[in-house]
Amino acid sequence: MAKITMREAISQALWEEMERDPNIFILGEEVGVWGGTYAVTKGFYDHFGAKRVRDTPIAEAVIVGAAIGAALAGTRPVAELMTINFAFSAMDHIVNEAAKLHYMFGGQFILPLVIRTVGGGGRQLGATHSQTPDAIFAHFPGLKVVAPGTPEDAKGLLKSSIRSNDPVLFIEHATLYQTRGEVPEGDYTIPIGFSKVQRPGRDVTIVTYSKMLETSLKAAEQLAKEGIEAEIVDLRTLRPLDMGPVIESFKKTNRAVIVEEGWRSFGVGSEVASRIYEEAFDYADAPIQRVAQKEVPLPYNRNLEQMALPQVEDVITAVKEVL
Amino acid sequence: MEKEEYLDLYYQMVLIRRVEEAAAQLYQQGKIGGFLHLYIGQEAVSTGLISARQPQDRVITAYRDHGVAINCGIPAKKVMAELLGKTTGVSKGKGGSMHMADVSKNFWGGHAIVGAHLPLAAGLALGDQYLENDAITICMFGDGATNIGYFHEALNLSKVWNLPVLWVCENNRYGMGTAVERASAVSEIRQKAEGYCIPNDCVDGMDVLKVRQAAEEAIRFVRQNNSPFFLEIETYRFRGHSMGDPERYRKPEEVKKWEENDPIGIYRNHLIAKQIASEEELDLLDEKATKETAEAVQFAETSPEPPPEALFEHVYADVS
Repeated sequence: MAKITMREAISQALWEEMERDPNIFILGEEVGVWGGTYAVTKGFYDHFGAKRVRDTPIAEAVIVGAAIGAALAGTRPVAELMTINFAFSAMDHIVNEAAKLHYMFGGQFILPLVIRTVGGGGRQLGATHSQTPDAIFAHFPGLKVVAPGTPEDAKGLLKSSIRSNDPVLFIEHATLYQTRGEVPEGDYTIPIGFSKVQRPGRDVTIVTYSKMLETSLKAAEQLAKEGIEAEIVDLRTLRPLDMGPVIESFKKTNRAVIVEEGWRSFGVGSEVASRIYEEAFDYADAPIQRVAQKEVPLPYNRNLEQMALPQVEDVITAVKEVL
Repeated sequence: MEKEEYLDLYYQMVLIRRVEEAAAQLYQQGKIGGFLHLYIGQEAVSTGLISARQPQDRVITAYRDHGVAINCGIPAKKVMAELLGKTTGVSKGKGGSMHMADVSKNFWGGHAIVGAHLPLAAGLALGDQYLENDAITICMFGDGATNIGYFHEALNLSKVWNLPVLWVCENNRYGMGTAVERASAVSEIRQKAEGYCIPNDCVDGMDVLKVRQAAEEAIRFVRQNNSPFFLEIETYRFRGHSMGDPERYRKPEEVKKWEENDPIGIYRNHLIAKQIASEEELDLLDEKATKETAEAVQFAETSPEPPPEALFEHVYADVS
């Protein structure tokens, strides 16, 4: 097992897949000559050339729209949207086209398409560049929404996303690129649509994903010092949502805290909590708690921004609330 | 052109007309749901245009798509069955009037969000360019679509990347009920292509042979130069935007004036005047179209509804 960063893991997945299949190509803003604004595609342009690493105009609708068309024509495009905040400019093509074409034309259209994008706050980029709107995209049947929290999952899930014949929105987190983790040697995949227990425990179930996995793991370490053992279930994929490990864990601990970076209202936590109540109501020993972003547009000022984002202490407080 | 081809163009136009007249009746009987946008008056546009393509060339259009579907070679009965939401419909009853497609005929839909299929067309052409296929993409849209951002993003990219795509604006003078000059800063739509250095042409869309000739030249340009071309086709829809349109935005005299320019009538007169076909031959084709339409209606009405399990089919392509 090699210990690499999230950035390296994602980059390796892209590189290895492009070496494997010449029909895979990348398109997006600054993916080529620049090397990617988050440096994920650094070196790709020189190695794979301008045909397979395509710099686009700053025009998100046609980036996603052209990727859909090229997928229909038999290629396997990986479109990059510089941040998920810009995905709103391509919203129509993500939800009205990509998510619907296979169904709407009776299964005739096949869209082997990945849209890689970057979400999350914490870098003082202000309200328009710091959002975590993952739940919005997870609302639409026909789309797959993947949001890994470890380098191992990122590499394996990105490979599965590229090999999938469905449109996948692959959401990376802006502050996870330097996060290191063990990654298996060689070619491996992790299937889309499976949650995973990232830390075993007996006292409380923490359900989370992406950046908040890191926050939750830190909270669990501190709680362990007080003798509280939290079990952490990482969703990894928001659609299709795999509730199996969540329900199994909840039936054991009877208590749950859901931690997400996005806003609480109509969020991932709302969905997961509802499903736990629907499937395991009789096992609940306390009302489920949700930890989420404060209901404000994210402010620029560092202190205010950190106040708005979910912190380790918020998770600890919520866990103690359900115990 | 051989005589057979001339007659085939005539037959396609008449068949579209008959199928849509039948569809209007079925709609009024409540047998067709949702919206129904008729192509009546515009038949020469897609008939002339699509007759000029090679089989490997892709066609993609907006929601006024029944005629385009028939021109692409989809049997009228599969179009009618889709209108009735039957499992034998071209999209298995899941798409309806606005969402017909048949990949085997290289017809890529039937898209109902105004302008949103233009980026898809750029992508289809990108795919062919990438795979080095000898194919072009023909993308049809209305005048209304030229005011939305997607149009501009798609045209720009098509020129920047030299994509083999033929942009075809069907200018029928109204985007729903808003006249071109009330919605577009330039009323000569082709001028918008100039803004992206895309060579362009404009042709009378009521004359199927003029459309065909312009289309042949445009398609040849795209194929030879591996770069986009823009063709504006001037036409007029005789019916409302969709069924139930009160048509407050235009005068009956205007519609009447255009109806005197019926593309089927113009072409019929041309075929007789040039002695390409006799009245009797054309009458026989009229009868054949009426018969095929009646059979299509019969087929659609007697076809089964989609089974309940179809509801959850085709949400995803992956087998999991």
